[in-house]
Amino acid sequence: MRHLLSAGDLTRDEALLILDTARELAQVGERSVKKLPTLRGRTVVNLFYEDSTRTRISFEAAAKRMSADVINFSARGSSVSKGESLKDTALTLQAMGADGVVIRHSASGAARRLAEWVDGAVVNAGDGTHEHPTQALLDAFTMRERMGRLEGLRVAVVGDIRHSRVARSNVLLLNTLGAEVTLVAPPTLLPVSVDAWPCEVSYDFDEVLPKSDVVMMLRVQAERMNASFFPSAREYSRRYGLTAERFARMADHAIVMHPGPMIRGMEISAEVADSARSTVVEQVTNGVSVRMAVLYLLLGGAIQGPGHQGETR
Amino acid sequence: MTDTVRYLIRDARILGGERADLLLASGRIEAIGQGLSADGAEVVEAAGAVALPGLVDLHTHLREPGREDAETVATGSRAAAMGGYTAVFAMANTDPVADTAGVVEQVWRLGREAGYCDVYPVGAVTVGLKGEQLAELGAMADSPARVRVFSDDGMCVSDALLMRRALEYVKAFDGVIAQHAQEPRLTEGAQMNEGVVSDRLGLAGWPAVAEEAIIARDCLLAEHVGSRLHVCHVSTKGSVQIIRWAKSRGCDVTAEVTPHHLLLTDDLAESYDPVYKVNPPLRTAEDVQALREGLADGTIDIVATDHAPHPSEAKETEWSQAAMGMLGLETALSVVQHTMVDTGLLDWAGVAQRMSAVPARIGRAVDQGRPLAVGEPANITLYDPTATRVVDPAAMASKSRNSPYAGMTLPGRVLATFLRGVPTVLDGKIQ
Repeated sequence: MRHLLSAGDLTRDEALLILDTARELAQVGERSVKKLPTLRGRTVVNLFYEDSTRTRISFEAAAKRMSADVINFSARGSSVSKGESLKDTALTLQAMGADGVVIRHSASGAARRLAEWVDGAVVNAGDGTHEHPTQALLDAFTMRERMGRLEGLRVAVVGDIRHSRVARSNVLLLNTLGAEVTLVAPPTLLPVSVDAWPCEVSYDFDEVLPKSDVVMMLRVQAERMNASFFPSAREYSRRYGLTAERFARMADHAIVMHPGPMIRGMEISAEVADSARSTVVEQVTNGVSVRMAVLYLLLGGAIQGPGHQGETR
Repeated sequence: MTDTVRYLIRDARILGGERADLLLASGRIEAIGQGLSADGAEVVEAAGAVALPGLVDLHTHLREPGREDAETVATGSRAAAMGGYTAVFAMANTDPVADTAGVVEQVWRLGREAGYCDVYPVGAVTVGLKGEQLAELGAMADSPARVRVFSDDGMCVSDALLMRRALEYVKAFDGVIAQHAQEPRLTEGAQMNEGVVSDRLGLAGWPAVAEEAIIARDCLLAEHVGSRLHVCHVSTKGSVQIIRWAKSRGCDVTAEVTPHHLLLTDDLAESYDPVYKVNPPLRTAEDVQALREGLADGTIDIVATDHAPHPSEAKETEWSQAAMGMLGLETALSVVQHTMVDTGLLDWAGVAQRMSAVPARIGRAVDQGRPLAVGEPANITLYDPTATRVVDPAAMASKSRNSPYAGMTLPGRVLATFLRGVPTVLDGKIQ
């Protein structure tokens, strides 16, 4: 594995290796000194063409906990805003010796393009409506921690599937890991060829809800309403929102997930978001561990779990 | 160029059939026969190569005026000659748009000055390609450029009433509206064919219905008002079916397919390399098969390149920001051989019909697309179908390099192109 561009590129063994490594690295976050020397001397560039504070600081914390040097390159206020192309930015990063580039971009495929122009490892931190593989990994990590397994787990993903990079990555990864995914959305918010995806599809949230072990809610942007994907926020919420009433019909052991940012009152009610069965905060914590694992495995650090004094290479 | 030199093409297979010599003099074919005497003429050894009437491209973007960094009339017409073309129709989406007699005259004059092929300017249907108001179609028709083909190519004349008026109006001077069929609302932000691949790649889809709905509407309109309609770059199976149906009803519709839609499919977008980004988008293998069959059975009348040069910076970007279009002139005949001739769907006479005679007729280019016969204009392409080559964009005559065939091995090679008896290409080299 040289880059992490798509969750679909991961074999089952590779995905499990990342999750297992993340679990080991998670212990660092529980220590008083949250630091490993693993990536000392390595440079990780966070190349963010979209505002995403949550994802950027997650990657930044992950890299810093392993002692990497972190350069944050935000498109706003940089040469990019003066019209520099992605290719020229890539060549600049290359010349500065970036060992890893974490890229967030509004264009689908931007991470893949970047990987052709730099020698370092490229991590896709969300490209347009294509994929967000580390989100899927942290979601899988969270499910496994909470439910104890992924194999056979019934996962409902509810919301704007068509425009969601989170949904694409989750469908691919969860399928690889043996979970059973059902996508739930109004037909307008499903991809045209969704029947070819390795998952089930339903338009009826209430029918899927009681059978699910995990209910993952996705954000639905209000602008979709203006483009006639659904008539009104209220109607959407009524048919596809996770209200307290629906929450009560979930299986007792089932959990609620959300990649954030949430729109309370739209796809998820406040009391559900704040309930003990909501993993929203854990997902954030786990995000750091999973991203540590990804950077560690891609940049070739040495495992330095608690009690080890191994050399970095 | 001088026409005092006479040329004897020795041992060519006319339309891939009988072997004969052709003597060219004073811009015309003076004699055809076996063992003709050179008698002072320059001898060009065809050695069994196929002789075709000079190719005619009804759909070329020469980019001048306005985007001379991508192509000029001079470089584009050299690329045309290298591809075996003796005439090209230059699309109107230049800057300024070719929507006045002044601009079409300029393009026409630049073509004559370059001298590598006849350049027929296409006039815009609407002012500025905006789809709001008819351009002065009559003024362009009456100008020295004698415009007969009108198109907002790149943009669809989506307003049904405006399309009806345009179809009606050009009847006065035997013009034709060449429609870029793309329903704009169904393709807002569209990046590639809508289907399994676009859904996987997260690229906004370009549904086949956006093309087919416009074609169906326009065929009905053309039938209603008794006008000629030409459909640009047909790309879907459904479009082929609709045109077949319209023709069966007696609608006076013609249609073109590009070489790239005869060969390439949407899964090439998996690389996110925008060299494969084009309008209309590459479709599925099923569409490709239907297009080949449609071209073979005459539902689709012609091959047109939609040669669309772009500078490298317009393609070395993220997919969604890249320009749409690909080079076509210098590879068209090879792609047609590969997809239509080598597959047994067309013979060389059929190729000559679809790449020379019929496009010339649709565009009313009177001295082009003529048969290879004594007394006819000496517009001739000599083509060796037994050769093979690896496509190298860096070696092309076009100013741009955005060929989707880079690195591919394609059959055939243009040996020579004659424009009114004068070689524009000899020995595969531009003259």
